[in-house]
This record gives sequence, structure tokens and C-alpha cells, in this order.
Amino acid sequence: MLEVRDLDVYYGAIHALKGVSVRAESGEIVTLIGANGAGKTTLLRTISGLVPSRAGRITFEGRDITKMPAHEIVGLGISQAPEGRMVFANLTAEVNLELGAYLRRDRAGILEDRERVYTLFPRLKERRRQSAGTLSGGEQQLLPIGRALLWRPRLVLLDEPSLGLAPLLVREIFRTIHQINRGGVTVLLVEQNAHMALSIASRGYVLETGHVRLEDRASALLENPEVKSAYLGG
Amino acid sequence: MSEFLQQLVNGVTWGSVYALIALGYTMVYGILRLINFAHGDVYMLGAFFGFFAARFLNAARDPSPFKALLVLLSAMVACGIIGIVMERAAYKPVRRSSRLAALITAIGVSLLLENGGILLFGPDPKFFPQIIPARNIALGMGVTISNQQILILSVSLVLMFALRFIVLHTRTGKAMQAVSYNPMAAALMGISVDRIVTFTFMLGSMLAAAAGVLVALQNPKIEPLMGIMPGLKAFVAAVLGGIGNIPGAVLGGLVMGIAEVLVVGYVSPTYRDAIAFVLLIVILLVRPAGILGRNVAEKV
Ligand SMILES: Nc1ncnc2c1ncn2[C@@H]1O[C@H](COP(=O)(O)OP(=O)(O)OP(=O)(O)O)[C@@H](O)[C@H]1O
Ligand SMILES: [Mg+2]
Repeated sequence: MLEVRDLDVYYGAIHALKGVSVRAESGEIVTLIGANGAGKTTLLRTISGLVPSRAGRITFEGRDITKMPAHEIVGLGISQAPEGRMVFANLTAEVNLELGAYLRRDRAGILEDRERVYTLFPRLKERRRQSAGTLSGGEQQLLPIGRALLWRPRLVLLDEPSLGLAPLLVREIFRTIHQINRGGVTVLLVEQNAHMALSIASRGYVLETGHVRLEDRASALLENPEVKSAYLGG
Repeated sequence: MSEFLQQLVNGVTWGSVYALIALGYTMVYGILRLINFAHGDVYMLGAFFGFFAARFLNAARDPSPFKALLVLLSAMVACGIIGIVMERAAYKPVRRSSRLAALITAIGVSLLLENGGILLFGPDPKFFPQIIPARNIALGMGVTISNQQILILSVSLVLMFALRFIVLHTRTGKAMQAVSYNPMAAALMGISVDRIVTFTFMLGSMLAAAAGVLVALQNPKIEPLMGIMPGLKAFVAAVLGGIGNIPGAVLGGLVMGIAEVLVVGYVSPTYRDAIAFVLLIVILLVRPAGILGRNVAEKV
């Protein structure tokens, strides 16, 4: 479904991705783990068209999207919940969610999906009239996920959705990701929480300073001694 | 007292004109962090497009409120198109360049419109036809208001409420707010930032055109450099209210109009134009973010 081949990305002189190849099959959960600065966010941004690549190819459902503008990539059915609570702080929580459905025209369907998001995250429903900037950090973090869902994407890119959340909410997030995936959405998940991520994923990649260091079935990575010592805390 | 009230009526009328122009500055700044220095010249073009529309409709000899409306609308549409072309041809190519490049471009566009205006319309003033003959209405307590002032006030009010509705309640307006807050995150919603930027220029130019026509109805002398001073003052009004802040632009415009009229009435007409710069200096010293602006460091 998604295929990234030999991707090279630079920020000025910084070579952030050095020939990265990653793929996700339809219906999969694929996870990307790696240390800070490995290039995980850069990879997701490049897939979404926010950062240009210097070399390599990205195809989605057989279509070359390497040079496509970001908003058109969304139009194809790729949604991203970006890193770091990227909410529109000046707008209410509800308008933030609505913007996730910007490209949809089916009013009834949007309302239905919004209810679905509210059912998943009741806190958002309580706070819907509040401007997003005044939500707690954890609540803000739910918004990009909810927004990404409102577009009914075929592929969703999640950048550290559990970062900084209380353990209970982390489990809630992972359960939600699982649920979304069972609804037929392919998931590419970037996570610091490698253990949780590998337990719900089918396959995983380990990124290291712009390279793919390892690539394997998630269950195999969980047992891999190198991964265990570097990312699983044992 | 009655004189003061009279000044206030005149000041609010002028203020609403400044507000209409200031809205264009502030909306463009909110989205692009760019001061469109050519905006005052769009106001001038609005007056001229209105002039030609009035001539075409033969509105001078056979005036009617319907024709006045038509003149207003055609000037707005024409300037809306100018706004679109201006953004696409001049500003879009330098959007990813430095701010200095954008600033120089803005000054260049302004010079182009002014000198283009001189070339096309001639340097001599033209006289806007009296589509709506002036009539004074007594408000009591010795205060009068002209029907033209009423027109300026009511059209400005309608346009401001229309803008408010667009920004707060329409899909495109919400997208404008999203782009203004964070263009990258907005693109991830499927919003075409380019289209929103163009739309913003169009809206701002339409409001400036309306201001041009409204002013010309009252002060019929129009010429290609007439946009410079009101443009500058409206820019100061936008800074006064908090640049990037829409209600701030309206408030700043009103403060500017009232301050100007009071200075003319109670100090000296000589300082009519100077007050704008005094206000600019004071606000920059006292509250650089503007009256309604949030005092935060500029976001990156
Ligand atoms: N806008 C930018 N300009 C310059 N360098 C950047 C920029 N964004 C990222 N980088 C650099 O690119 C490299 C990869 O960054 P990236 O954000 O992709 O890492 P990451 O794997 O997501 O890290 P983290 O786990 O901390 O989020 C880093 O060395 C970073 O400093
Ligand atoms: Mg990251």
C-alpha cells in the first residue's frame, strides 16, 4: 500500500534520512522505533509532503506521491497525527476536530464520526467548546488523533501518540490504535514506547541516525537482543 | 458638548473607513506575516473602478441607490481580482524567500500601482459623480449626520459582519484561521494553503475597494496617489489594534478616525496626518502587540 524506497532527505547540510526504505501492506500496523534524532519524524513528514526529498520514491497504492503537495496527499487518504500536540490553539477543540474532516462533504457522516471520536475520548466531548490551547497537554494530544480519524483515512501516520501521557491514557491510546486498525485502516506508528508498539504491530523498523538498522516481524524484534538492550530497557 | 459629539460622529465615520482598509492589512499579516504595502493603492483602485463603473452606468445624470450599489459591487469585484493577481504574480514567487524580499516586493507592487495609475488614469484628479446627493440630517443637540455618512457607516458595518461570519462560521474561514495559526498543520488537514492565501488577498482587496468607493462618494476628488496616506493610517490602525487581530483592526480604525478628528478640531488641522505617527510611536512604546494583541514573542 505504502512503499518508501531509498529516501534521501536533507535539512540544509544535515543529512537526516540516508537511503531509507520502508513499506506498509494494507491492513497492517507497522511501527518505527529509534533513538531521538534518528529521523522518524522526518520520514513521516516526507511521506506527508511537508518536507521535500532529494532522492528516492514514495508510492501510495501504486501512485507516485514523492513530489505531491501535502494537501493533495491528504486527499488520497493519508492522514497524519503529527508530533508534539500540533493543535490549532486559537480554535475550539470541536473546530479542531472538524478541520480533520475538511475535505469531506458528507455532513451526516462527519457528525457520526465525530461522535465516534467523542466516544473514544469522552474528555474531548466535555471540553469541546474550550479553545484547544487551554486543554491539558494530554487532552491536546488526543486532538490530532481524533482529527486524523475524522478524515476516514486509509493510511494513518501517528507520530509518538503516547508521548508524555499517563499510563492509563497510554493504554487507552494503544487500544484505540488497535481498534482503528481493525476498522481497516493501515497504521504507521512512530513510538518511543517500543514495547507497546511492537506488541500491537505486525512488523517493525529500527531507525538509527537516518538508516534502517533492523527490519523484522514485530514478534521477532521483541526477542531481538539488540533491540531488547537498546529500546526495551533490558 | 454638541461640538464634541459632532466630532465623534465624524470620527467614527472616518474610523470605519480606516477599519475597512486595516482589515486587509491585518488578515494578510495574520496569514503570511507580510505587510502588503500596496494595500492602500488597492483602495485607490477601488475608487477608480467605482468611477468608471459610475460613468458606464451613467450614474451622474441619473442617480439611484441601486446604481450606487452596483458601483460598489463592481469596484469590489474588480479589486478582488486585482488582489488575486497581485498575490499570484508578485507575492507567491517570493513566499519562501526572506522577509526582506517580500517587503521589497510589496514596495515594488505599490510603486507599480501608483505609477500605473498615473499612466492609465492621468496624474490629474478626477471627480467622482454625485450618485447620492448630500443631505444633512439633524440628530438633535446640534449634531448632524449626512446621508453619506450614514451610508459609509452602514455599509462598513454590513461588510464587517459579513467578514466576521465568513471567518468564524464558514469552512474556508476556519481554514483561514488554521493556516494563520500553523500552515504546516493546516496542510495536514488537506487545506490548500495557496488557495487560502489567495482568498485572503481577495477578501482584503474587496474591503479596501469598498472603502475607496465610500470615501469617494463623500470626497469626490480622486487621484492615483490618494491611497498612500489612508493606506499608511490604516496600517497604523492595524498595528494599534494588534496586527493579525481582526477585531483589533476595527478598534484601531475607530481609534484612529476619532483621534484624527479630535486633533483637527481641538489642536490644529496641521497635525491631521501627524497624529497617526504619534499613535504609532506611543503604541510601540507602551504596548507593542497592540490593544487587542497578545503580548507574546512572535511564533516561528
Ligand atoms: N527543521 C529542521 N531543520 C534542521 N534539522 C532538522 C529539522 N528537523 C529535524 N532535524 C534534524 O534531523 C534529524 C532527524 O530529526 P527527526 O525529528 O526526524 O528525529 P526523530 O527520530 O523524530 O527524533 P525524536 O524521537 O526526538 O522525535 C535530527 O538530527 C534533527 O536535528
Ligand atoms: Mg520525532
